[in-house]
Amino acid sequence: MTSLSTEHQGSGHDDHHDDHHEHAIPKGIKRWLYTTNHKDIGTLYLWFAFIMFLTGGAMAMVIRAELFQPGLQIVEPGFFNQMTTVHGLIMVFGAVMPAFTGLANWLVPMMIGAPDMALPRMNNWSFWILPFAFSILLASLFMEGGGPAFGWTFYAPLSTTYSNDNTALFVFSVHMMGASSIMGAINVIVTIFNMRAPGMTWMKMPLFVWTWLITAFLLIAVMPVLAGAVTMVLTDKFFGTSFFDAAGGGDPVMFQHIFWFFGHPEVYIMILPAFGIISAIVPTFSRKPLFGYASMVYATTSIALLSFIVWAHHMFTTGMPVFAEMFFMLATMLISVPTGVKIFNWVATMWRGSLSFEVPMLFALAFIVLFTIGGLSGLMLAITPLDFQYHDTYFVVAHFHYVLVTGAIFSIMAAVYYWLPKWTGKMFDITLAKWHFWCSLISVNVLFFPMHFVGLAGMPRRIPDYALQFADFNKWISLGGFAFGLSQLIFLALLIKACRKQGDPVSSQVWEGAEGLEWEIPSPAPYHTFETPPVVK
Amino acid sequence: MKRILSNIGMALTSLMTIPAIAETAGKVDQYSLNMTKGVTDISAEVYDLHMLMFIICVVIAIGVFGVMFWSILFHRKSRGVKPAHFHESFKVEIAWTVIPFIILIFMAVPAAKTLIAMEDASEPDLTIIVTGSQWKWHYKYMDDGVEYYSKLATLPDEIKGKLEKGENYLLEVDRPLVIPINKKVRFLITSDDVIHSWWVPDFAVKQDANPGFINDAWAIVNEPGVYRGKCTELCGKDHGFMPVVVIAKEEGAYNEWLSEQKAMLAAAKAEEQRLLAMNMTMEEAMATGEKVYLANCAACHMPNGQGLPGVFPALKGSKIATKDEPRHIEILLNGVAGSAMQSYAKQLSMPDIAAVITYERNAWGNNTGDLVQAKDINAAMNGK
Repeated sequence: MTSLSTEHQGSGHDDHHDDHHEHAIPKGIKRWLYTTNHKDIGTLYLWFAFIMFLTGGAMAMVIRAELFQPGLQIVEPGFFNQMTTVHGLIMVFGAVMPAFTGLANWLVPMMIGAPDMALPRMNNWSFWILPFAFSILLASLFMEGGGPAFGWTFYAPLSTTYSNDNTALFVFSVHMMGASSIMGAINVIVTIFNMRAPGMTWMKMPLFVWTWLITAFLLIAVMPVLAGAVTMVLTDKFFGTSFFDAAGGGDPVMFQHIFWFFGHPEVYIMILPAFGIISAIVPTFSRKPLFGYASMVYATTSIALLSFIVWAHHMFTTGMPVFAEMFFMLATMLISVPTGVKIFNWVATMWRGSLSFEVPMLFALAFIVLFTIGGLSGLMLAITPLDFQYHDTYFVVAHFHYVLVTGAIFSIMAAVYYWLPKWTGKMFDITLAKWHFWCSLISVNVLFFPMHFVGLAGMPRRIPDYALQFADFNKWISLGGFAFGLSQLIFLALLIKACRKQGDPVSSQVWEGAEGLEWEIPSPAPYHTFETPPVVK
Repeated sequence: MKRILSNIGMALTSLMTIPAIAETAGKVDQYSLNMTKGVTDISAEVYDLHMLMFIICVVIAIGVFGVMFWSILFHRKSRGVKPAHFHESFKVEIAWTVIPFIILIFMAVPAAKTLIAMEDASEPDLTIIVTGSQWKWHYKYMDDGVEYYSKLATLPDEIKGKLEKGENYLLEVDRPLVIPINKKVRFLITSDDVIHSWWVPDFAVKQDANPGFINDAWAIVNEPGVYRGKCTELCGKDHGFMPVVVIAKEEGAYNEWLSEQKAMLAAAKAEEQRLLAMNMTMEEAMATGEKVYLANCAACHMPNGQGLPGVFPALKGSKIATKDEPRHIEILLNGVAGSAMQSYAKQLSMPDIAAVITYERNAWGNNTGDLVQAKDINAAMNGK
């Protein structure tokens, strides 16, 4: 990326505008309910995501407590299935996606020199849908019959003929999440297309902006497909259609095709912004420009395009023709090429840099190593004959938790630590942050690494009880899980301290080596920034 | 007339299969780290492919992390290193796009070979229809007419921790599938309700059981033994409790087993006919009914007949179980369309259906006093 320099039009821009707008910020609950400010909405998204992360995490604790030893001890199998289902839904739609949208809200306008998002009222709406969507989903857990128990993938006919009537709540809730995501995506696209500062050409945009732009297109492409899938589930269950029922001429496997046509791009929706974050952090703490900026952009685009032609690698055991299996195997393997390019670029950025290891960098380094492990197990899963053994075992659980927890979530944590001082104007509690990092890093591996072993040894996923040979590893996995869960409370404490503006004041650049428009505005970032666009040279 | 099993037949078979299970038990490996090599040529090929991919991935990981940790150790600011300024190199970038691509081709060729071999289920020596239903497997030998259900044999008290867990906890069934070794056995896999998945790791066979569609898979087993697997597609409440057990026998032993099965089937049919003509007393019906209920109905309707509110209806005090007897019989025979209630016409014998209906109409305070006989079931089924 070419280095950026800006020229503020009009002297004393920041201070003056601050004073001017001070009276316009409403206080108390109204500020948050009515806000159209991208920073406020970003904060709302991030706190919402964190609360959902703790909620989904609590469900994971229930799962791990039940699996601590063989036998049924704590919950009934039916409730166990509700826990796995709602854990998945909350973590995907409630934690990872809103956290990235929150980061986009805070950062995209500041990175491209825009005063706000392009569609601020829609921005407010897209956030405030979410608490209602998740309240409906969570409320169904307490209703007669319980919440969804068919896995977050809600395969028909388990989710249609064989589910309870609360499925209607699940469908409604997913519709709302989808609407929110689409609005968020439209906002990001319109903002990036129309509101870049003069001189901020496409190939000067920070990679976080690029990756989010591509993510937003993926969202617009596939969220309607998810909406279609849940609608068909709704009509099959309540209105007598037979989309997924062979008795009426339908096909249950068609559900999986539709679901994964959404589901696979969704995987990249949850990781492309992470690539953008890592591409911002690694150069800063290597004090060296990002290696291969252009190839990063092309690699992101190729990953996004390939993500549309690999969906059936989730379905190798459904009885596809051998030609289709071959096609989806090869297309999936191909994705490892652009993904590899990204990893190599980050490593080359560090090569002969001048490295320091502040907390954001620690998380970024952990991301690179652990995400690569998840990527390599993904490559193994792509090989169809092997997938017949791996499919629906803990090997898969290990794989997608490596890419989603130590991938997506570690990148979100890295991002929060990286930009938090910019948001609050104070350095966070570094001791707590290091405790958070090291406790998380160790426990997350105790939690997810042995899952590879129990999976290869034959333990299926989504079971509340297991054969005796898996007992010892499961005990370790559960202990790792509890430790990882507790470690996040350190993060909570740190964030509360940060929001109370405790800590040492920071400069506008915050990190030595940080480059980009967001580091040129004061810390904390004023309520309104770039009302007069900067000029990027 | 598909109802073929009586309790007597079931008890006999499970008695016969227990020693066979005991023979090869004792292989439980607490710290098994890797995939099984299995007992078919295909499973061995899959294992080799798995190890090849694993080694390639480890080598790549060591390379990438090696360079990265070299930078972390030697290119640190604290060592006073001044950063270089390069930020692109056309040659290097082309190289690390092309080289991985070539590695992928090396991976894809053996993978494609194995895949094509795995998917060739043509010219089988023997075909078995495998049907999943909540939460048991049904096996039907296409050429020999032998068919039976295979259900979890682990006791509920072991699951609840009231009894010590046996060695094959959750991996044992009442009637395992029996196949001959060195023969190409084709499995036609389907489902009666939701999607299940039939997995035997030792055969490298995992195939989804889709309702309304038939998938195939096959295995030529090289060694006699007991091979255990599980359902691997979430199929509802008791997904974790529907194991697969396959016993592979020498051809002679297999044929012997098959003729025993046929003889037993004939005996069971004769027994059923005999019972049709007899009337059970209330005590007999309640005793048999309770057994049948706990084995087949209690998973959903619960041992206390109260069901799970909002999911599975209660039988205790229900209109059908206390008043509408013809509807009660009809539901057992045909199931309820659009719900999880299955048809038991082919799963249970007529005397058992009669007994379980009698039980449901008189247990938990449903004191109707109704006594249903096998001949009533026969009348409902066959209009006799």
